[in-house]
Amino acid sequence: MSDKKEVVLEVDNLRVDIPVSAGVLHPVRGISFDVSRGETLCIVGESGCGKSLTSLALMGLLPKKAHRKADRLNFLGQDILDFDERQMARLRGVKMAMIFQEPMTSLNPSYTIGNQLEEVYLRHMASNRLEARERAIFLLDRVGISSAGSRLGQYPHQLSGGLRQRVMIAMALMCGPDLIIADEPTTALDVTIQAQILHLLAELQSDFDMAMILITHDLGIVARVADKVQVMYAGRTVEEGNCESVFDNPRHPYTSGLLRCIPVPGKTQPGQKLGTVPGVVPNLVGEISGCMFRNRCEFANDECKQLSDTPTVLDDGHAYSCRLSTNEIDAVIGD
Amino acid sequence: MTIISSLFRGKQTAEEILEPTPMTKLCRRVFKNHSFLIGALILIVIITIAVLAPFIAPHDPYDQDLARRLINPFWHDKKTADLHVLGTDKVGRDYLSRVIYGAQISLLIGFLTVLISGVIGTSLGVIAGYFGGRVDMVVNFIINTRLAMPVFLVAMAAVVAFGASIHVVIMVLGLFLWDRFAVVMRSITMQARDLDYVKAARAIGCSTPYIIIREIFPNVLSSLTVVATVEMANAILLEAALSFLGFGVQAPTPSWGLMLNEGREYMFFSPWLLALPGTGLFLLVLAINLFGDGLRDVTLERER
Amino acid sequence: MKQENALEAISVSCVFKINQGLFKGSKPLVAVNGVSLKIPKGKVVGLVGESGCGKSTLANILLGLQSPTSGEVLYSGKAASGFSNRHIARRIQPIFQDPYSSLNATKTVKSIISLPLRIHKIGEPITWDGKVREMLDLVGLPARVAESYPSQLSGGQRQRVAIARALIMRPEVVICDEPTSALDVSVQSQILNLLQDLRLELGLTYLMISHNLAVVEHMADRVAVMYLGRIVEEAESAVLFKEPKHPYTRALLSSVLTPDPRLGVPDTQLGTIFPNPIDPPAGCSFHPRCASRIDICSQKTPAPHLEKQHMAECHLFSK
Repeated sequence: MSDKKEVVLEVDNLRVDIPVSAGVLHPVRGISFDVSRGETLCIVGESGCGKSLTSLALMGLLPKKAHRKADRLNFLGQDILDFDERQMARLRGVKMAMIFQEPMTSLNPSYTIGNQLEEVYLRHMASNRLEARERAIFLLDRVGISSAGSRLGQYPHQLSGGLRQRVMIAMALMCGPDLIIADEPTTALDVTIQAQILHLLAELQSDFDMAMILITHDLGIVARVADKVQVMYAGRTVEEGNCESVFDNPRHPYTSGLLRCIPVPGKTQPGQKLGTVPGVVPNLVGEISGCMFRNRCEFANDECKQLSDTPTVLDDGHAYSCRLSTNEIDAVIGD
Repeated sequence: MTIISSLFRGKQTAEEILEPTPMTKLCRRVFKNHSFLIGALILIVIITIAVLAPFIAPHDPYDQDLARRLINPFWHDKKTADLHVLGTDKVGRDYLSRVIYGAQISLLIGFLTVLISGVIGTSLGVIAGYFGGRVDMVVNFIINTRLAMPVFLVAMAAVVAFGASIHVVIMVLGLFLWDRFAVVMRSITMQARDLDYVKAARAIGCSTPYIIIREIFPNVLSSLTVVATVEMANAILLEAALSFLGFGVQAPTPSWGLMLNEGREYMFFSPWLLALPGTGLFLLVLAINLFGDGLRDVTLERER
Repeated sequence: MKQENALEAISVSCVFKINQGLFKGSKPLVAVNGVSLKIPKGKVVGLVGESGCGKSTLANILLGLQSPTSGEVLYSGKAASGFSNRHIARRIQPIFQDPYSSLNATKTVKSIISLPLRIHKIGEPITWDGKVREMLDLVGLPARVAESYPSQLSGGQRQRVAIARALIMRPEVVICDEPTSALDVSVQSQILNLLQDLRLELGLTYLMISHNLAVVEHMADRVAVMYLGRIVEEAESAVLFKEPKHPYTRALLSSVLTPDPRLGVPDTQLGTIFPNPIDPPAGCSFHPRCASRIDICSQKTPAPHLEKQHMAECHLFSK
């Protein structure tokens, strides 16, 4: 990544608090990152690690009960931390757009695709319906939907899952956003369609020079799509860095553990035992000090209870939060 | 790597079960749900009074004493209050005793009606929902036929044909108020049928009656009770209306609806004759509805 | 040596009638179209394909939950028609994808696992508790889980309970319908390891249905690829993953995203048309999406072409 690129989103110490009957739930416990134009940041983690709430917090779409806190939240050089709902609504769909997991529920079944696409454009851009229609046809064509003009009159249920997700992408692109947040955009789709959609997203992102935050649980997707990776665990970032560095030299025991869990054709032997990460994610109610992963970590000892928040930073921006030094990690887990 | 893989069985055993049992969770939610608690409290009080009526009631509700007609209740007339706390009606029967026995009639009608209609509606609904297809079409036709018949008119016709009595009222209401049971049970069973645990039970070789009764039924029970409360309130109000119009329970049985009718002509001179059974009816129906509402909140949250 | 088949489907078809509306009548949906599949004893056969390709219907037919419109299923070489459902149940058991819906929330774990024993009246009722404990131990769950309800368990633990229920009757064949796709990766590997161990320990035969080719490659000895109700390619796992023949298999394989940061997202070249199963395309059903189609593809249905235990149904190979 080059330094000349404009930083689109800067997040510093983002937290989400949700009051529940047993106390305060902290699903996101202080994560920081930035994304630049043309760059793809992947936030990866298992269910319950807070990755989806992070994306909702960025969009200002958290449930009413939840509170968002951050030290800094800059979007295109503008502080959006204290934006109210109306100001956020003006940003959403225009400057930042979101693609959800389930394309069927994110499209309104009682309006035609054309209607929904044009509506976004008309609401945010001062323009007429003809222009909106042209833009819709252009984008449908761009996302690989053939005979775009006739598709405008169709309803969402008339399309297959893959096509619906393409429509969702077109809708996200209608107003030419600077940032796209995609939350598990391909989880509901078949593998071949998944590859097609990811291929399309990567292509569009570089063509339109957007920043993209892709949230997923699939390490395979991350490795193929990401420029930068954030590995989240229990609401915190346990490891971050550029994609190659993280996948080639995973430092945090959680990251390396996850990588050993997945069978890889050509790498793992069929029938061979896969690695595992035993145990479950800790309860996220209340404050927890020390390393969140220690109850599942095979290298944990008493020191881990007092781990400081400052991660170990390596030279290329690769950072991880573990008491072990790189040499020690190489000794115990490096293969 | 070998360390991790050798641990995978052992470590799992060390995992704690943190979640409380569904029962404890349910109890916790019950104690947080005010409408449920208030409804249950009033309901328990009314049921206790109804059950213990022979012991609580100061007089026989059928005992007439024309010399003591229309005695005022205690707030009007301190002197007579020793004998008849809530006064007497137009033929000198103790009004407190009649109101107490009235609770018995209302609850009896409510329970029996719901029992009959619940059995009919649930069986039809569960069978239609589970089997689908033709069976569903037939049941739907029966439901629609039932919905096309006005309960009130049919009830009046039945009373004219068979004579008015509490049995006729219970039978008519029981045979007519099952539609909501059927509709709700049908749709819930339909959802439950497609879940994998039903498929697993079939793959194990469970018979269809076993699956319906032992696997599906416990899962639809909470919705069933909610419908039952709604229907019970409905049945009690219908009975009161029928009795008021003279098509329901017949004199001298102390039904609240009938008492309202009897007190009608004295509305301006002795308003308590209307107010007391009216309050009883109001409290009972309110309690049942609060209870049902609370029950729905409490049990539905479990599925979330 | 002749390999004994624990389970075998012989040109099984299954047609559903889909109502088109009140006056339009119904149209046939061919969910499974003349599928033949052999599952040799003690082996793992993988079945891959996209959603809606008929793999779940095929699983239901093999489990005896759905009767095929035509064709026959053989259990250890004997026709299914000779067996009652209860008989089939003792030989073949399923494990489902979603451990949340596959366990009845109103029952305790003990009651869920012992259900097969109660239904089939296996052993004395006093021995059931011991059997349940034994099964819990086998799937790596502590004995005290027996008294808990499914809602108290994590997804991985629930899937272990489902496995225990499937195995308590010691079936010969287990049909695993996407057993790990609802689980997190760290849990997925635990369940896959467990399934491997159990297979060796109990000498089980698996049919692994999955859309995750990496999982299938890891588990299966033989793999069948299904597309729109047909098995379009079938071969030994090692052969199929090394030399896929059918263009669809090739596209599937290229869609597997291995965690290799040096590779980008592959271009599958499949196009965006997705066929309607009610109205399948003429000729080879894959031809509208196929990058290497030739003229004949849209006119003639390809015949299976068998070469060294490697079957492919494609005009490129059958001359």
